[in-house]
Amino acid sequence: MRLARSWLAEFTPLELAADELSDLLSDLGLEVEEVTTVGDVPSEVVVARVLEVRPHPDADRIRLVDVDPGDGSPLQVCCGANNMAAGDLVALAPVGTVMPDGLEIASRRMRGQVSDGMLCSERELGLGDGHEGILVLDGPATPGSPLVDVLGVRPDVVVEVDVLPNRPDALSVLGVARDVAARLGTPFDVDGGPSVVLDGPLEGASVALDAPDLCGRFATCVLDDVRVGPSPAWLAARLEAAGMRPINVVVDVTNYVMLELGQPSHAFDLALVPDGHLGVRRARAGERLVTLDGVERTLDLADAVVVDRDDRVLALAGVMGGAETEISGTTTSVLLEVAWWDPPTVAATSARLGLHSEASLRFKRGVDTGIGRRAMDRVAELLVEHAGASVRPGVAEVTGDLPVPATIPLRPERVARTLGRAFPTDEVRSLLEPMGFGVVGDDELVVSVPTWRPDCTVEVDLVEEVGRMYGLSRLPRTLPRITQRGRLTEAQVRRRAIRRTLVGAGLSEAMPLPFLAPGDLERCELPVTGLLLANPLVAEESVLRPSLLPGLVAAVAYNATHRSTEVRLFEIGRVFEVGEGVLTDVGDSSRAGRVLAGERERLGVVLGGRHAGSAVRLLEAVLEAVGIVGPTLVNEPLPGLHPGRSARVRVRDDRTGSLVDVGSVGEIHPVVLERHGIAEAVAWLDLDLSVLLALEVAARRARSVSRYPSADVDLAFVVDDAVPAETVRATVRETGAPLVTSVRLFDVFRSDALGPGRRSLAYTVRFQAPDRTLTDPEVAEVRQRIIEAVESIDGATLRS
Amino acid sequence: MSEGHDEILEELVGLAADGLDELAAVDDLGDLGAAASRFLGKHSRLSQLKAGLRDVAAEHRATVGEALNLARTQIESAVEDRRAELGEVATRTRLDAERLDLTEELGRDRHGHLHVITQTWEQLEDVFVGMGFTVADGPEVETDWFNFEALNLPPSHPARSLWDTLYLDPDGLAGVGEEQLLLRTHTSPVQIRTMLDAVRTGGGPPIHVVCPGRVYRRDTADATHLPVFHQIEMLVVDRDVSMADLAGTIEAFTKAYFGGDLTSRLRPSYFPFTEPSAEVDISQPDGSWLEVGGCGMVHPNVLRACGLDPEEWSGFAFGFGIDRLAKIRHGVEDLRDFVTNDIRFLEQL
Repeated sequence: MRLARSWLAEFTPLELAADELSDLLSDLGLEVEEVTTVGDVPSEVVVARVLEVRPHPDADRIRLVDVDPGDGSPLQVCCGANNMAAGDLVALAPVGTVMPDGLEIASRRMRGQVSDGMLCSERELGLGDGHEGILVLDGPATPGSPLVDVLGVRPDVVVEVDVLPNRPDALSVLGVARDVAARLGTPFDVDGGPSVVLDGPLEGASVALDAPDLCGRFATCVLDDVRVGPSPAWLAARLEAAGMRPINVVVDVTNYVMLELGQPSHAFDLALVPDGHLGVRRARAGERLVTLDGVERTLDLADAVVVDRDDRVLALAGVMGGAETEISGTTTSVLLEVAWWDPPTVAATSARLGLHSEASLRFKRGVDTGIGRRAMDRVAELLVEHAGASVRPGVAEVTGDLPVPATIPLRPERVARTLGRAFPTDEVRSLLEPMGFGVVGDDELVVSVPTWRPDCTVEVDLVEEVGRMYGLSRLPRTLPRITQRGRLTEAQVRRRAIRRTLVGAGLSEAMPLPFLAPGDLERCELPVTGLLLANPLVAEESVLRPSLLPGLVAAVAYNATHRSTEVRLFEIGRVFEVGEGVLTDVGDSSRAGRVLAGERERLGVVLGGRHAGSAVRLLEAVLEAVGIVGPTLVNEPLPGLHPGRSARVRVRDDRTGSLVDVGSVGEIHPVVLERHGIAEAVAWLDLDLSVLLALEVAARRARSVSRYPSADVDLAFVVDDAVPAETVRATVRETGAPLVTSVRLFDVFRSDALGPGRRSLAYTVRFQAPDRTLTDPEVAEVRQRIIEAVESIDGATLRS
Repeated sequence: MSEGHDEILEELVGLAADGLDELAAVDDLGDLGAAASRFLGKHSRLSQLKAGLRDVAAEHRATVGEALNLARTQIESAVEDRRAELGEVATRTRLDAERLDLTEELGRDRHGHLHVITQTWEQLEDVFVGMGFTVADGPEVETDWFNFEALNLPPSHPARSLWDTLYLDPDGLAGVGEEQLLLRTHTSPVQIRTMLDAVRTGGGPPIHVVCPGRVYRRDTADATHLPVFHQIEMLVVDRDVSMADLAGTIEAFTKAYFGGDLTSRLRPSYFPFTEPSAEVDISQPDGSWLEVGGCGMVHPNVLRACGLDPEEWSGFAFGFGIDRLAKIRHGVEDLRDFVTNDIRFLEQL
């Protein structure tokens, strides 16, 4: 809500500078989004008369204007606008004037022509931005007189307040002024209400209420002899400053009173309402109404409508009036409706139709149930003053289910406990009463909530008000006693260790959005799973990923298109899957389920320009970082990966001793790479951190290293491709135990001589004993056993 | 041998002088070996003279022997000196040849970088752990109850519109029952899970926990919005914790994370799940205030939803955006850079 300081000052004396006002409002919870100074017209700007307008000889868009600044010596000014003619009165900023934006006007040349000053637009003068071109004065004025005097404008401050949903009262000047006065201790609203007071029965108009649950109060009055014309300038200016467009004096006055008091009202042309009768009922499904904005709306059972004598729908209650009964230039009598509508009803209608008005905003938050009559009187008063209206005495009114403000016990002890500072009852009283709360009692207080604070329904609401009015920043600052010790869990420490290892290996961390487009999974040769969103913003973000692969491959592709190749990335994030028992642990009996099945945390790694082997070596590093040595790889084709270059990863769970699947390693399928326009191999690693971080991993035990000499023996075996190298290595290690301390594969080769489907695996086997120097015969004996053991593998032979 | 000892003595002087001259001229370690054996070896003149010593008259034998030893010692020490000199030269030559310009190596390797959001996340965790908190997490797919209802946001609550929520398509989600599934719009459901857990496991409060995590909004990605971002929330539940404790804890956090010269302030605000509620501003070196997040006393209805009696327990919470802090700290102009995964961006931070 945008409101002017001068308007606030009509309700409470206010002598605050712009920034002081802004700070004060913010400290009251009325967050100031923007502060603007308006009407600060430089005093040097004068009225000038246009003598002649001529084209610029060398510029089509510039005009040469001769003006009389009132001192009898005409000036030539260059001007980009063309909405002036000889004889017009315009605003001239003479040379030396400092404009509101800080620009100092100087004598200068534009394309060779002298310009001694500037003709100003409203925007340049800080008067608003309503009109195109320069300001041309309507009325008579003497050239040379200061513009500020002619216009009668005074500098004012407009603050834009972001009103919180629980503060409907602050959607009015009155409400904001009440808070300000309460904080400053200044008098508030001493004039009371308007001079016109309508009361008694009303002739020529009547009301009926068929839906008391939707409408708490429905009242009308009539104003005759209305001249529908433009509003006075000050009123139009206040509306504009508040961001509303002036329309005509009747509509403007209802809007003005809405801004001032927070009560929207609606003006009908009485001549178009048979018998002046208005009724309220629930809409029927499929009923139609053309609203003021010219759009035909289809109504619903949940909507409240205003109808005429013949049950025709005239207005959408609390949201927008109908076009048919709109005020026009021919209107002479106004039927004014002031109502209190049920907030959820207005909220639902407004949301369903996507129709949000200043009125619906206030009704859905909850209008002050006690302000209606004052608002009606105020509209009448202003229309009498500014539209020549005469008041027809009386009010037609009917009431429905109007909420009654709460009366709430308030324990000062509770205030102290919640806020952390003792508030004596007198202090509580002095904080609450200026806001309109009634406070009775000495020890246990009973607080009656004013009609404009429907948000206050329970004790803690009042505690908040005490704290707010006292000032949250003035509360003491203490530290709670924390008896526990802060620490990261084992899983959290391991997650960090994994990240550090990957970064140390030269990888950078990616964070793709977890949404996929339909078809992304197929493009990556992955099974089509994943959860679907019911209301995605765009189809490209409608699938919750079941795998990190598509996002990371897309990242490699994106980088490739920007000429970054060999990019190595990792991601740690959640993946989602439809599955048996998804979310079954979230029943009423056990809402505390920790993890929703179907959601897992995974690590994904892509290594651009690398083959599967790099990913395997990285896998070992990652596992070692979390205390796991020696993963088991099972070569097998896996979705999305090169079928001949992929393996399932298994590790030992030290609790059960069994092997558990933790992910996959290999190379992205070449078809997938091709579809993404990636021209290099991409190695892949994927680990299920939900499993890995939760694994029981025994602390590794240190073994003292032997101080005796070691002996190396090279052994090469020719083995069928079907036999994993790991089988050979394990055989060597197990057979040679305990004297074999390491088995390192140093060469792999294939040749015609070896035959198809076979390869040579050459190992350096190191022998060492913990307690002595090994003898040659000892080593030879073990070597022989190793050869025999390996050769017992189908098709394996020692290469001689 | 019939030479007189005088001749021998004279020859020895000449031998030594020749040896020294010749050795001084050798400039290669290999040649030095050859020269040494020529003067000192079995077939050298010196060896011959030594063998002929027994023919020298007995009265001169000691004199000649001494002269022999002297000549040998002189030549030997000249060989050693020359060997050392030549070794030094060889080392110097080798070192010269091995000279490298180490600046050639700068900027050649690509180094790994943690995502700046992770960096910020971990720094925040560390600060809170240092203050005595533990770290909790929870699922990103949530139920309506955890994300809204338990947080004092019943289905009809108007403030629900503050969160543009992404819902899951219920088709094919077996076993969910009546619960509406959604992507959590804040990390607050982790607070609910933490409190429920504490109650269910019998321990109950006190609770001192922070919950960092990924959250979702139905929002188009642009320079200042992402549909996926990250928050961290602090939750304290104990007997008699107050708004003053909250203000003090936030101030302690401010000093620990932002720096000892900066301070915090609270401004009244509104959140359905806390009351009183406040916005948290942190002072900036230039004197302005930076709005970082929201906080407040846990609403009694939230405590009740978790089985905690608000007359017995009270709590406070403080939450803010991790991405926003990272954005401000590192001068990131467009939030989309966080999710584009351009290596040129990732490697800067």
